[in-house]
This record gives sequence, structure tokens and C-alpha cells, in this order.
Amino acid sequence: MTETTPLFRLEGISKRYGGVRALENADLTVEAGRVHAILGENGAGKSTLIKVIAGVVQPDEGRMLLDGREISFRDPAAANAAGIVCIFQELSLIPDLSVADNIIASDPPTRFGMIDRRAQRRLAEDALARAGGVDIHPAALVKDLPLSRRQIIEIAKALARKPRLLILDEATSALTAADVKTVFEVLKRLRSEGIALLYISHRMHEIAELADDCTVFRNGRKIATYRAGTKSDNEVVEMMIGREYHHVFPSKPEPKPATGAPVLEVRNLGWAPRLNGVSLTARAGEVVGLGGLDGQGQRELLLALFGVLRGISGEVLIDGKPRRISSPRAAKDDDIGMALIPEDRKTEGLMLPMSVRDNLSFAAMSHLSKGGIIDPGAERRAIDEMIQLLAIKTDGTAVPAGSLSGGNQQKVVIAKWLMREPRIILLNDPTRGIDVGTKQEIYALLRRLADAGAAIVLYSTDYDELIGCCDKVLVMYDGAIKRTLTGAEITERALIASALNIDVAEAGPAPALA
Amino acid sequence: MKDWRFWFNEQRGTLLALAIFIVMFGFYVLNHPAGFTANVVQTAANKGVLLALVAMAQTFVVLTAGIDLSVGMVFILCNCLASYVIVGSPLMVAGGVLAVVLTGAVCGAVNAAIVILGRLQPIVATIASGAVFFGVALWLRPFPGSDPTFSSDLADALTGKVFGVIPASLIFLAATVVLIWIPFRRSVSGRTVYAAGSSEVAAFMSGMPIRRAKFLAYVLSGVFASFAGLYLTFFTYSGEASAANGNTYTLYSIAAVVLGGVSLFGGRGSAIGAIFGALAFRAIGDLLFVFEIDPLWQPLFQGIVLLLAVSVGAARLFQVRNRLDLFG
Repeated sequence: MTETTPLFRLEGISKRYGGVRALENADLTVEAGRVHAILGENGAGKSTLIKVIAGVVQPDEGRMLLDGREISFRDPAAANAAGIVCIFQELSLIPDLSVADNIIASDPPTRFGMIDRRAQRRLAEDALARAGGVDIHPAALVKDLPLSRRQIIEIAKALARKPRLLILDEATSALTAADVKTVFEVLKRLRSEGIALLYISHRMHEIAELADDCTVFRNGRKIATYRAGTKSDNEVVEMMIGREYHHVFPSKPEPKPATGAPVLEVRNLGWAPRLNGVSLTARAGEVVGLGGLDGQGQRELLLALFGVLRGISGEVLIDGKPRRISSPRAAKDDDIGMALIPEDRKTEGLMLPMSVRDNLSFAAMSHLSKGGIIDPGAERRAIDEMIQLLAIKTDGTAVPAGSLSGGNQQKVVIAKWLMREPRIILLNDPTRGIDVGTKQEIYALLRRLADAGAAIVLYSTDYDELIGCCDKVLVMYDGAIKRTLTGAEITERALIASALNIDVAEAGPAPALA
Repeated sequence: MKDWRFWFNEQRGTLLALAIFIVMFGFYVLNHPAGFTANVVQTAANKGVLLALVAMAQTFVVLTAGIDLSVGMVFILCNCLASYVIVGSPLMVAGGVLAVVLTGAVCGAVNAAIVILGRLQPIVATIASGAVFFGVALWLRPFPGSDPTFSSDLADALTGKVFGVIPASLIFLAATVVLIWIPFRRSVSGRTVYAAGSSEVAAFMSGMPIRRAKFLAYVLSGVFASFAGLYLTFFTYSGEASAANGNTYTLYSIAAVVLGGVSLFGGRGSAIGAIFGALAFRAIGDLLFVFEIDPLWQPLFQGIVLLLAVSVGAARLFQVRNRLDLFG
């Protein structure tokens, strides 16, 4: 090893959000002229790590060293000034500004106090050329460009800042294969120019091609750092797997033989470019899991089923009959009987300032009213029943929903839909940010609902949850279902491997991959 | 695509406003008994310049994705102040003008402080500050009037004609565009105002000077409102703390801005568009006059024109594929 100080070092960095530990005592060393890949499953702490380095959030503990000198960043601008530039996932482009304006956003060349547009245009064209985006016109507005072009602009923008440490967070996720090739050439050239690259990707083959060093994170902790190529895919997956709790899940019933038409059947559902030909079935009594890495189209699939998206192709069959679900209002109609427990309970699930009672009644108004007038007796009975059934801890039904704990808020969201007695229940990561006790209750509830005849589609970013709750798991990748796992096939190893779209699981229980 | 196509795309709102104005003003002049003469143009310009200046003031704030409901009151306050200080020798008049403009800037800075440091919504902050500004105006001029030594030389020069043809008020508008608006638009702060209005998160992540830029936007808004206040004084030779006038100008400035192609969501449009929006909005009344329609109908026609213009801008909503975006 060389004796020169590394370009960038993190020592003992910790970060908490409320009670959740996102990063715990993390160390990392990045050297100039090398590509350092960060690996880890959802929620392993990768994004927090990047935010700390890029100055978006401040760490609670620990030190950052640049060239051996301790530094701290007040905001992203300070990190940029120090030569640390991060390419976020389409977060930093301003839609109403032109490509050139975006690339030279923070520190444009000026003449007499005004932006020198000709000089700026040259700089932007330079940066675009270096990023492999010669086909992009610098005067175009960013909002008029497709996602893959925007990603190239992000890269050009980062290059225009002359970075010493360049962080790429899933920078290729929106790119076509041809674009990825150009970007890789650019990155390799930057490496040879002595720039340090921190590369975060879920695509294992990209890491294999590009990385010199790899670090695996799990549950906010660094697990290991190793030279690329010294560990097999299998070992890497093993390192990414975490064990937390197994005993919290209710027992699953024996699989029943399929009889009759499934309650929900989807044929070749598409919503370009996020959904590409999704087909699935969910029968009464079944808990179907949606797995895969975050952002592979799971959220869009649930929204499409619930009638939120326009312009979807393919067929949705309810009880074997083709139906067009044109809006959430149509989806919740009794003859379809669908409910969606949304991702963000604070904005899509609840009206936080309104009372628990009002929140519970919103979706079920038609069941609780006669001739347009709400029947207060029926409403009270139904609400009391729900509060008991879900053991919602609330100080009466008149308090605002926002005053409840996160777990109890989520129970209210679920209860609100159960009041309609839905037959198809879609859940979008329902236990995110909820304590283990409440999680356990929700798992038990899902199983009870399935036993009572509901078909449940559960998207979760928590692999343990998919393993513990689901009768079958559909793993999504790039807007399509890449693998269906049933019964004993649902293991952490199989879930991670298929989520990364590599073939570890198919090679048997303990494969030796080169 | 050629460069001019991109330019055209970016300036679509402004060009649409220009087109609306040309059509309406064209109709007006063709049907005017006197036709296209210097006097007709001067009258139209003088009628339009007040709203144009207030609309420009509004534009700065709207571009940041805010709204300024105090703009009409700053206008009134500056009018009342000007009726005291535009007096005496040319040097004293210059000092008076400076005092009025500074007052406008201070009003804008107060709004900026409340919005940026206090993190209050602009709509609430400016309703409150607007009421305060009007209170001060009322204290200055409990009754309409002016200083007996009011100096009308500057007033007459700025409301008359230059070379006997071009209305001075139009030249003043053009000067504010060239000397203030275009430098602002091309400065780092100006671009940051657009960026913050378009996506404040992205602007922050890009390390742009958001607070400084927003502060400047509010201050310039106050300055343009003070220009309008000065002009009102030049026309009337007096000051009047009229709540009705202030509120009308505030509301009309929003209408003019929208008509001028400035997006109320922020980040899109220009003060030049707002000028044409204001002139077009004023032309509605003139059109009713030449077609001999009862002026009672003016609000109705103004409403219809505004609705039509806004509908053109809202057409993109038909392309939204994820309904959740409709509420974003």
C-alpha cells in the first residue's frame, strides 16, 4: 500500500433520524484514481452515507477528512466547493431552466455582473461532450427531455464542477444500455485522470466491470471492505443479508389448490416506461408479495391497479371478468372492492389535522349514510368496532389523527379501508417507519383478512416481511416481474439475488460462483 | 432543432401575451375615430403604465413561486409619500424620488424578511404587511391632497411625449426593462429566482444562492411598486390613501401577470410578458369604449379574456398520466 494520505476518509460517522439509526459508526476510505462501490440492500444506510458526504445532512458523530484535514459541510454548496460532487437521482435538475443553465447552475462565468451566456454555452457544450451527451442541445429546457437524457445532463453538470470526488447514486438506473456504455467510458477516463469515484448501484454486473474497491453496508453499519474480484457474488449476497426478527410472523396456511377464477388477475399491464408487461394473479385467501429493489415499478403497479394512472395498456380482470378501473372511486366500488394503503400515510393516507373519526369514515361514507346523510349511530358502531379490532391506541375519536403515533396512524389508514370490507387489498410498504410491536399486529391482521377471503397484494422493501408474510412473492426488476417465488423458495438469498437480477439462487442452495 | 426554436419555446408565454396585446390594440386603433395617432398612443400608454409597473413588481415575486398581495398597498404608500416630497428645486425633486424608491425597497425587504427568515407563506405575510403599509399611507394622507409646492416639471416630462411622438411613459417602461429587468434576468441572482420557483429542492441541491436571490426579488418588487406610485403622483399631482385603488391594482396585477404568461407556480415567464399582459388587460376597457359598449360590462369582459388566456396555459393538464401529479 502507498503511504500517501487517502483523498477522503470517514471515521465513526453516525446519523439518527428520530429513533431510527440510519448510520452507525461508519468508516470509509476513498482513494484518488479508484472506483469505490458501495453495496447494500434497501435501508442499509447507503443513501444516508451519501447525503452526509455531499453535505445534505450533518452527521451526529464522527469526522470527515479530506487530504487528511478535518472538514464539515454546511450545505451541498460547501461540499461542491471542496471538490465533492454528488449526482443524485434527478433531484438537482431544474425543469424550467435550459440545459446549459442547469449544467453551469451554481457558478456561471460573468461579465459586468451578468452571466456571460456565450462562455457558459461553451462550458456546457464541453461538459456535455465529456459526459457523452453531444446529441443534447444546450438551449433545450430540461423538462422537455426524457429521463435518460436528464441523467446525462446530471453527469455533465457534475463534471463542470471539476470534482475531485464524484459520487454516483444509481446514476445509470434510468439509462439505456447504449447510454450506460458511454457513461462507463467517461467514468473510466475520469478514473485515469485521478478523480476518486464513489459508485452506488444495485446492478452487480456494473460493479464487476467498474469497481476497484467495494464496501458492503447492512443496517447502517459497514460490514466489510474488499478489493473488487476477491469475493464471489454469493459471498457478497451473504454479506448483504441481515437477520433481525423471524418470530414476529404468523404461521402460513398450507397452500390450497387453485379453484375458480382468481379475484384479481392482471394480464400484460404496461405504463411506459415504468411498467413493462406485468402479469399476476391473486386468489382469495392469498397474500401476494411484491419484491425487488425500491423503484422497479412496484409503486406504479399498485397505482395502476387502483386507477390512478392514465394511459395504461393491458387487462385487469376481477373475478375473471375484464374491468376498466378508471379512478380510485371506481376501484373502491363494491363490485370491485379494492383498497389501497398508500406509501405515505401523512399525505396520501390521512388528513392529519382532522379527527380520527372523520379519517376513519372518509372511504366508507357510502356504507354509513342513507340518502346522503351520515347515520351517526352506524358510524359510531363501525368506528368502535375498527378501533377494537386493530387495537388503535387513541384518546377518543375526536382527537386529530396527527396526534397519534406512527404505528397507530398506519392502523387508522388500514382501518379506514377495512370499514368498506374490501376484497382486494393493495398495500404499499405499510410498515415503513413503524415499531416492531405494531408491525407484528399488522402481519397478524393481514393473515386474518386473507383467511376471511381477501386477496392481498403487499409491496415491501423489507425482505423479512416478504418471507414471513407472503404465500408467493413476485420479484420486480425494470418494471417487469423477473421471478415468482412460492412457498419454501421464498428465502432471503433468492429474494436478493433475483432483485439484483443475478442467478445465485438457481444454482442450488450453496452454489460456488466464479 | 435550431436555436431559435428553443428560444421560441422558452418565450412562448411572453410571445402569446404580445400577440394578445397586438390583436386587441390593433382592433382598438382601427376602430378609434382618430386612428393611429401619437395622441391615441400616448393616452393608451399613460393608462397602461401604472398597471404595467405594478404587474412587473408582481412578476418578481410570482417567479419565486410566491405571490405579493401587498404590491398595491406599496404603490399607494409611495403615491402618498411622493405627494409630500416631490417639491422644490430639481435637486430636491431628485432627493424626493430617491426617498420614494427607497421606501418601496424597504417595503419589499420587510416582505422578504418575513417570507425568507420567518418562513411564512407569502400570501399570508403580504396580506398582513400590505395592511400595515396601507395604515402608514393613511397616516400620511388621511385626506387626498398634495403639497402646495408640488413640483410638476418632472411629472409633465415623464407623462408627455418625447420628440412630440413617443410617449415618455413607454420610454420609461423600456428603460426599466433594459436597465433593471434584463440585467436581473441575466444575473446569477435572477437565474436563481427562476430556479427556486421551478424547484427549490433542486436549486438547493445545486448550491444556488436561494436566500439572496429571493431577497432581491422582493426588494425589486417593492422598487417597481414605488415607480408606479411615483407615476400615479405624476398623473394626479396628489396623493390619496385609497384602499379600493390598492386592492384593485393588486388583483389586476395578478391577472396581468397570468395574461402575460408568467406561471403562478413559479419559474416561468418574464416581466416583459407582464407588461404586455397589463397593456392587454387595460385595452379591454378601451375596446368597450370604441365599440360603444356600456362600461358596466368591463369586469365581465376582463374576466372572459382572463379565463380564455388561462385555459390555454392549462391545456397541458390533459397530458398528465399520473393523477397524483395533478395535485402536486
